[in-house]
Amino acid sequence: MNHFWIILIGALVGSSCSILGCFLVLRKMSMIGDAISHSVLPGIVIAFLISGSRESLVMMFGAAAIGLVTVFLIQMFQNSGVQADASIGVVFTALFAVGVVLISLYTRQVDLDLDCVLYGEIAYAPWDMLHFGGTSIGPKAVWGVGASFLLNILVISLFYKQFKISTFDPALAASLGIPVVFFHYLLMSLVSISTVASFESVGAILVVGMIIVPAATAYLLTDKLSRMIMISIILSIVSSLLGYYVAYLLDASISGTMVAVTGVLFLVALFFSPKHGVLIKKWSRRKLLQQN
Amino acid sequence: MAFPLTVNNLTVAYQKKPVLEDISFRVPEGKLIGIIGPNGAGKSTLIKAILELIPSITGDVAIFGESYKKTRKRVGYVPQRESVDWDFPTDALDVVMMGRYGHLGWFKRPDKKDKAHAMECLDQVGMSQYAHRQISQLSGGQQQRVFLARALAQDAEIYFMDEPFVGVDAATEKAIIALLMKLKSQGKTVLVVHHDLNTVKEYFDWIMLLNVKLIGIGPTEKLFTKDYLQKTYGGSLTMLDSNTSPIIVSPR
Ligand SMILES: Nc1ncnc2c1ncn2[C@@H]1O[C@H](COP(=O)(O)OP(=O)(O)OP(=O)(O)O)[C@@H](O)[C@H]1O
Ligand SMILES: [Mg+2]
Repeated sequence: MNHFWIILIGALVGSSCSILGCFLVLRKMSMIGDAISHSVLPGIVIAFLISGSRESLVMMFGAAAIGLVTVFLIQMFQNSGVQADASIGVVFTALFAVGVVLISLYTRQVDLDLDCVLYGEIAYAPWDMLHFGGTSIGPKAVWGVGASFLLNILVISLFYKQFKISTFDPALAASLGIPVVFFHYLLMSLVSISTVASFESVGAILVVGMIIVPAATAYLLTDKLSRMIMISIILSIVSSLLGYYVAYLLDASISGTMVAVTGVLFLVALFFSPKHGVLIKKWSRRKLLQQN
Repeated sequence: MAFPLTVNNLTVAYQKKPVLEDISFRVPEGKLIGIIGPNGAGKSTLIKAILELIPSITGDVAIFGESYKKTRKRVGYVPQRESVDWDFPTDALDVVMMGRYGHLGWFKRPDKKDKAHAMECLDQVGMSQYAHRQISQLSGGQQQRVFLARALAQDAEIYFMDEPFVGVDAATEKAIIALLMKLKSQGKTVLVVHHDLNTVKEYFDWIMLLNVKLIGIGPTEKLFTKDYLQKTYGGSLTMLDSNTSPIIVSPR
């Protein structure tokens, strides 16, 4: 049973992150996922200190709030003339550092293991069961990550049109009366929430992998946004499945292996994709040369 | 009958220095109007300010006598081609369909009718055979046509187009201008940012001369003179003089 739960958690984390990842990659903002996943740390610590509980929901709100602050700060620095990548770097390292300092200051009160936050431990996730009326209803992580997955599916499919046009052509979107800024922050809230919901099980750094890599891979494989999203979800599910078994065979870190598999799939796509593949391009060029 | 476009005392600044200063004008119905001025004159800014894409410091804009918020559906917009990422995973037809989004409301998806309409618009710009081609695999001129088709799909009564002729060959340019003339003959108002002074007389019945301030707006034959152009372009304009029809050697 534990095999199943771990794979399910991995697949849910992957799917929920890669849906958002598609939009981040297309907005050339994939590093924002990285930034948010680090800068939510102080939000979690502060939420923990205020509420005194490790209740996921409280932490999630704390993190989502800081996630939005992150995006807002990055935007503000950018508007005042700082380079985009520099402002992302400054904001998330500073906030992450604040989180590290907070944890070290309150080590006694805060039962948060920095290693655990960063690298997560999906192997233990199945033991933390959620109980309802005395009976166990599955691991907490499944419910947390599952909820964020459903939230992402719901919001993205409800506003698919708006997200698509404000990603492709924000000027036209705004001129049509679509609140582009609102959707920007809505997307960022989803990223924050998904990150927090996921990091307990797979760790913050590895969430970043699931946000960027399946989406970047899917981008190589199709010319249609809806298909890109579908493919990225499938890739992330395949990665968690394969990743789990490889980790099992090698006795390696499970979440680490899952993300490593996404990387391998990316390389495969990079070389063999029918449209953008490196090999296909070379091959068709050679064929053309031979013809002449 | 309200004017399609009325602008009063519009001033816009990105930083301290205004890039548009106290612009006031009115545009009558059924005119094809060229917006002309040197690089950095504020042509794109003027369009963006009218469409409330950027805030203005002072001034107000009325479209058909009402605020833009109320008249959005009657306005079509063609941004500069470089303003979007052409590597986006989508095809030509889908881009044109985006022109319909304004008419769809919040939750409705485009349906068969919208698709057929978009296809018709692609056909009008001679691009129907490329409907399902990925947009990065279109040439610059074809991309421009797709943008134009998208504006047509907006079914607007007043159009703002930012440099629709950039990177377009002579045949495409003629095809586009024929289309704009057709829109005009249907009583629509079209404002076009244009750079090639050699074709101004042929294309536009009105022109607007802009260089931070409004130099003039009115019938082409009245405003397209050496004096006005010199005022607009300053020293950067060289002309072979023949007072009534200036032949431009280097417009930039
Ligand atoms: N986002 C921005 N931030 C700061 N200044 C800007 C911005 N966009 C434009 N400007 C400045 O505003 C002025 C007007 O720019 P605008 O793009 O409207 O000119 P334009 O007439 O469209 O020029 P072109 O013919 O090159 O397209 C320029 O001096 C430009 O430097
Ligand atoms: Mg411009």
